[in-house]
Amino acid sequence: MRISLFITCYNDTLFPQTGIAVVRVLERLGHTVDFPLTQTCCGQMHYNSGYQREALPMVRMFAEIFRDAEVVCIPSGSCAAMVREQYPQIASESGDQKLLAEVEALLPKVYEFAELLVKKLGVEDVGAVYPHRVTYHSSCHSLRGLRLGDIPLRLLRKVRDLELVELPDSDQCCGFGGTFAVKNAETSTAMLSEKLENIAKTKAQVCTAGDNSCLMHIFGGLHRQHAPTTTVHIAEILASTANDERTTP
Amino acid sequence: MTVRVGWSATAPEFAEAAKVSLRNAQLRRNLRNATDTIRAKRARVVNEMPDWEALRQAASDIKAHTLQHLDRYLLQFEENVIRAGGHVHWARDADEANQTITKLLQGYAAKELIKVKAMTTDEIQLNRALEAHGILPFETDLAELILQLSEDKPSHIVVPALHKNRYEIREIFIEKMRLASLGEEPNDLADAARLFLRKKFLSVKMGLSGANFAVAENGALVVVESEGNGRMCLTLPDVLISVVGIEKVIPTFQDLEVFLQLLPRSATGERMNPYTSIWTGVTANDGPQEFHVVLLDNGRTHVLADSVGKQALHCIRCAACLNACPVYRQTGGHAYGSAYQGPIGAIITPQLQSLHHGESLPYASSLCGACYDACPVKINIPEVLVHLRGEVVREKQSHMSGRLNAENVSMQIMAKIFASAKRFEAAQRLARMAQRPLARNGFISWLPGFLGGWTSSRDLQALPQQTFREWWKERSRKGKNHA
Repeated sequence: MRISLFITCYNDTLFPQTGIAVVRVLERLGHTVDFPLTQTCCGQMHYNSGYQREALPMVRMFAEIFRDAEVVCIPSGSCAAMVREQYPQIASESGDQKLLAEVEALLPKVYEFAELLVKKLGVEDVGAVYPHRVTYHSSCHSLRGLRLGDIPLRLLRKVRDLELVELPDSDQCCGFGGTFAVKNAETSTAMLSEKLENIAKTKAQVCTAGDNSCLMHIFGGLHRQHAPTTTVHIAEILASTANDERTTP
Repeated sequence: MTVRVGWSATAPEFAEAAKVSLRNAQLRRNLRNATDTIRAKRARVVNEMPDWEALRQAASDIKAHTLQHLDRYLLQFEENVIRAGGHVHWARDADEANQTITKLLQGYAAKELIKVKAMTTDEIQLNRALEAHGILPFETDLAELILQLSEDKPSHIVVPALHKNRYEIREIFIEKMRLASLGEEPNDLADAARLFLRKKFLSVKMGLSGANFAVAENGALVVVESEGNGRMCLTLPDVLISVVGIEKVIPTFQDLEVFLQLLPRSATGERMNPYTSIWTGVTANDGPQEFHVVLLDNGRTHVLADSVGKQALHCIRCAACLNACPVYRQTGGHAYGSAYQGPIGAIITPQLQSLHHGESLPYASSLCGACYDACPVKINIPEVLVHLRGEVVREKQSHMSGRLNAENVSMQIMAKIFASAKRFEAAQRLARMAQRPLARNGFISWLPGFLGGWTSSRDLQALPQQTFREWWKERSRKGKNHA
């Protein structure tokens, strides 16, 4: 299958290793990955911060770039939820019927990364090896937006040598929330503290999720506290094989 | 018309107000314990319901239908209340409602009244208005009594004194009820309140309530409560006045079947609440012989006119969204500066007041969606929050100082950057250079200006040397195997 990758602006800029891992996994499974270089951002930051008018051109760009895609893969729960939940509304509010029709035709082809593997490609075992103690943070938009349920856990359970430990209150928000983390920094930090307490209880080496925005937030707190746990996007775990050099996760 | 919701006009903005509770370790422990307990109870009685989702949908449909025909149902309700011997008063805003109630009480030469917990009266600040005219209201709900005695404000829609623990309550009772001694067990406290209130129930001739539901087809009002104080206030006085938001009307008595299953399970985690009082007008020689309903608008018709925001009027005040909210869990209710707290407060207060004094509330959320999942009438709170943020931004952009505001300028620049991949790539390169003075060993621990909110408690990974698209281009140039 020809899979078009929408990397998302922050993965592109801050977490290229996640994108590289997505490409590795999909190619290993025998698919062709296509990365249209004209892409930028889904518009989530603008939209959720109240700059809805400013988000509309990004919706147009996305629809234009991926119009002819067979399948679109987004390795970020919140950006995938933005496309799936908000794009039809934005297109509809714009009054542009052509855009709305394009978005509606495109949506059934758009998948979050873990969702793509399990629901579209029908794979749970991607042949990964990852000899570490790992806990999984649900990420609000993957859980309550995309309703991924246990899809990411099913993938993680099939990774060889991976010890999966349940994160207490995994469904509780880590406190990131985009501009919320800055506008309400103290509340956001209090929410993060509770997440970090729960992560500490798992004694995991790695906290994973399908969303680098949550992981960036969680990592920021872990690093400040010199905690023994680090964060790794689920795609990077699924990309790991026995041949990988392995020192620390 | 001046719409006022509680004391929100004088409340500081959310981030500022939240700091007070965030620094109170005892309060945060109380909050965690209380919300954990209610959530666990709710989960038990919700998960046992095979048709919970169907009930939620039914409730949402009934509310949407009623709001669509609110004019008709309100007039039908009015007609039926009058037919059953009651009186109906319409109040456009808080002041008008307070004046109506004051005049009614003055007409009965009342000096005191007993009150059932009623959100509308917190909303219009009725107690203060009555006291200004020398009329003494007595709160009879245990939590409301605690707050009234300690001159405190509610911090939760269903459990308004959630922020107080029993030792604090004991101190308040000893001082305000002038008790020589008092135990510290919950039973001791309840006994003290019972003795204190019993005298009022038996002597005060005026009762005041809100209502959970107002049934259009027969003019009945419904009050759902746990302590029995409501039953006392609704049956013992000679005169009863009920202050009811216009969105509380439902078409038929049968609709209660849906709501009376959803409300107690969502609010207190009970299959059925201990006391449900339903009355219609006046019945000779039984209960109050004079009955008045004050139908309160106070901004509700303004909310109704907003196609996205009007779903907030579905609310049945169960507070399940407060208990589910990770923000409320940390900050408690006072930070919302309103009679309505938590996620629902963050959409109701700014909407009722056309954003005045409520501009920070739509931002008091990480948009995690837990409130939407918990809501028994399916109010998409995150959707309304984002919609209101849009209104705040549009208002800001309508004047020069707002357009020059740092956030708006950054957002406009970012929008320009995201509009073209070339510009985006240039910005990525520029950011990599700009971070050099800030990054130490691959991490950033200090950022200037409002971004400092992040680094005050969290580190930031520095930008890597290569973006994904640079890697992709390099790989395409060299061929896949070099990657």
